[in-house]
Amino acid sequence: MFANINWADIGQASLDTLVMLAGSLGFSVLLGLPLGVILFLTGKGKLLENGPAHAALSFGVNVLRSVPFVILLIVMIPLTMLLVGTSLGVAGAIPPLVVGAAPFYARLVETALREVDKGVIEAAQAMGASPRQIVFGALLPEALPGIVAGATVTAIALVSYTAMAGVVGAGGLGDLAIRFGYQRFQTDVMVVTVLLLLALVQGLQWAGDRLVIKLSRR
Amino acid sequence: MISFQSVGKTFARASAPALHDVTLKVQAGEVFGVIGQSGAGKSTLIRLINGLERPSVGTVLTDGEDVGALDAGALRALRRRVGMIFQHFNLLSSKTVAENVAYPLKVAGVPKAQIGPKVAELLARVGLGDQAHKYPAQLSGGQKQRVGIARALANGPKILLCDEATSALDPQTTEQILDLLSELNRELGLTIVLITHEMEVIRRVCHRVAVLDAGSVVESGEVAEVFLHPQHAVTRALVADAAGLGAAATPGALRLTFRGQATYEPILGRIARDTGVDYSILAGRIDRIRDEPYGQLQVSLVGGDVAAARERLSAAGVRVEEA
Repeated sequence: MFANINWADIGQASLDTLVMLAGSLGFSVLLGLPLGVILFLTGKGKLLENGPAHAALSFGVNVLRSVPFVILLIVMIPLTMLLVGTSLGVAGAIPPLVVGAAPFYARLVETALREVDKGVIEAAQAMGASPRQIVFGALLPEALPGIVAGATVTAIALVSYTAMAGVVGAGGLGDLAIRFGYQRFQTDVMVVTVLLLLALVQGLQWAGDRLVIKLSRR
Repeated sequence: MISFQSVGKTFARASAPALHDVTLKVQAGEVFGVIGQSGAGKSTLIRLINGLERPSVGTVLTDGEDVGALDAGALRALRRRVGMIFQHFNLLSSKTVAENVAYPLKVAGVPKAQIGPKVAELLARVGLGDQAHKYPAQLSGGQKQRVGIARALANGPKILLCDEATSALDPQTTEQILDLLSELNRELGLTIVLITHEMEVIRRVCHRVAVLDAGSVVESGEVAEVFLHPQHAVTRALVADAAGLGAAATPGALRLTFRGQATYEPILGRIARDTGVDYSILAGRIDRIRDEPYGQLQVSLVGGDVAAARERLSAAGVRVEEA
């Protein structure tokens, strides 16, 4: 039944996937969250309305989001070398993963912030709160469930991006599925890797949903 | 305390101005009401007071400061002296009652050690001492508005702005919130500006009122005067429901208005007897405007010496008008 399966390879691939996921998710949130906040604040009728800045940021985000991830992986090689000293392996995969996912997460953050009741922002303004106090004291706490839900969606999108990271030799479960399961017709490898990916996605969604429920006070 | 001098406000892409040539003064320590139908410009008017909107023309002075001319920092400083409550409460759903009330204190830079006791004091003031650790979603509408009031009072404002503060509440809760506002006005000397579309709210708590229609003040003055003797059609329409007086009167009917102690005296009966007129009461209401009792009757007088009866009624302090 599992004739082709090398459990050590599967273990290594699982670890690679988890490391890529954790690293890229961490940096995506770190970059995407402030980017999303700035996108929101510079929007029309918002606290720091700035048409040109908003248009430029929005365009930049759209450019990065429209480049297919495999292409991004290749064109980023010089920048990746500069950032992490190698363009190969797990470390080499993380910068392109972040550049692919951070703009996506920024949009989700922007959407979550738009969902915040305008009245709450007006109340904070009426109290004499500065934009900074409004962002940290009202906007982010109110949008937190949406921001966490966005991180869950981003994490799951990253799981499928990591499958393509095999192009730069990063390994991982998705890479195993493509190289052994698909290209060498080893159905058992395909089944096991896909099941493990499914378990990972299920686990992420479950944890994310739990966290959102815990944070929601509505 | 607050003064509008020929204030106009036109929003971009709007065909008509939201406010047009509004001039009014709110005295320190009074409860001032602005009433009008939706779209009359009430929300814009109240938002000009704390600079949430800036006037297109004219000057708004709040606590001595020209709101339209303040820079961002000075405007924030002014807003900390002006509390505001809202129709939909606008509480932070992610924070507890105590944290909601603590937020404006943090914003104003009050030292942490003082925030806890101050929050407890404010919640006790609005009767929510035991709800500090609940979240807004766990409270009733009236309780949410009490949190809103505690939050608005946190930095000891001189002025409280009420934006349709009772419009989302049931009649009984509305009464309780209005009583609380009256109490705060009396005990803290708080100047209150409230906007509403309900004449009952004005009648219960306001000293003076301005009636707003299509962006202009069409009538203003002491509440009893405006409420009992409305001049403008819009005011009449707003009063008609609240006053319980039928709009269609019998020809020749008179409207008699008794105020103060006269409300409880048998003036009409005595004068009818002396002058030999018969009267029939067509409609009427005896109630209070704030703490002052009043009675307003629509009567028709027949037989006897009607002219003398009218004269004696006027002499007794009853206002007689053609209904």
